[in-house]
Amino acid sequence: MKDLISGLNKIFESRIRLGIMSVLMVNDSYDFNSLKEVLDVTDGNLASHLKALEDKGMIHTRKRFVGRKPNTSYSATEEGAVLFRQHLNALEELIKSQ
Amino acid sequence: METNPTSAEELKTIRKIMEESTKFLSLSGLSGVFPGIFAIAGALAAWLLIFRKNGISTDQYFNTAASTVMSFISWKMLIVALTVLSLSLATAFYFSVRKAKRTGVNFWTPVSRRMMINLFIPLVAGGIFALILIFHGHTGVIIPVLLIFYGLSLVNAGKFTYNEIFYLGILQIVTGLLCALFPAQGLLFWSLGFGVLHIVYGLFMYRKYEA
Repeated sequence: MKDLISGLNKIFESRIRLGIMSVLMVNDSYDFNSLKEVLDVTDGNLASHLKALEDKGMIHTRKRFVGRKPNTSYSATEEGAVLFRQHLNALEELIKSQ
Repeated sequence: METNPTSAEELKTIRKIMEESTKFLSLSGLSGVFPGIFAIAGALAAWLLIFRKNGISTDQYFNTAASTVMSFISWKMLIVALTVLSLSLATAFYFSVRKAKRTGVNFWTPVSRRMMINLFIPLVAGGIFALILIFHGHTGVIIPVLLIFYGLSLVNAGKFTYNEIFYLGILQIVTGLLCALFPAQGLLFWSLGFGVLHIVYGLFMYRKYEA
């Protein structure tokens, strides 16, 4: 049982963070507004979770200007991808063990 | 194990988000039906207004390299084809935007952009190639080229939308290759590929995902 739990990662213990990582696992990069739409969350909420994931080194942030508008896009870091995959596997194991 | 129901739920949500963020699902079945009808109407118009009216058989037109006498037919055919294309694109967009609105999602997303890019690269290349063929008078291979390049576009775009688009693409390619074998039947293969296949596909998709 201990082995199962060890894959679960505290960093991803939030629906929004799980959502962010899910999107970034299957897309090379995704911009803020599109993330907001797919996950159906508010600006502030999304921003704070993105910040948390970035601080832990799970995602990269890339800021640039598209015309005059600032555009921020995100992508998963290698470490983030590995840890998230472990987290998913642990979740699956947990369900199977039921 | 209190956490189990939520874990299962979480995984379900994750899968849904992964699919929604990589697949463009606003493509409407009706976006297939109407272009299909336009394509058949176009073929009929070409047959009645261009070939029968001028007393030229399709065999003459598609099998012989068009001389200057034939080139006026090519321009008329081009007008018919462009009309079918623009009507088709307009209705395809209309029904997809409508479906997006109805399901409450945005039409213009990173995924739909990616799908369009993948769709339009082979499509535009095929279109330009067909224009060059008209210019050189290679009338017999124009319809096969259009069908094949269109099929390749769909195969390419299929990665970013419903899987069925991929198979529709394969069928269009096969139709195009068969058409290349029997160039005199060009209008028939055009109606089969752009017409019948689209209508059958569209109805199938509409019933499966929207009805």
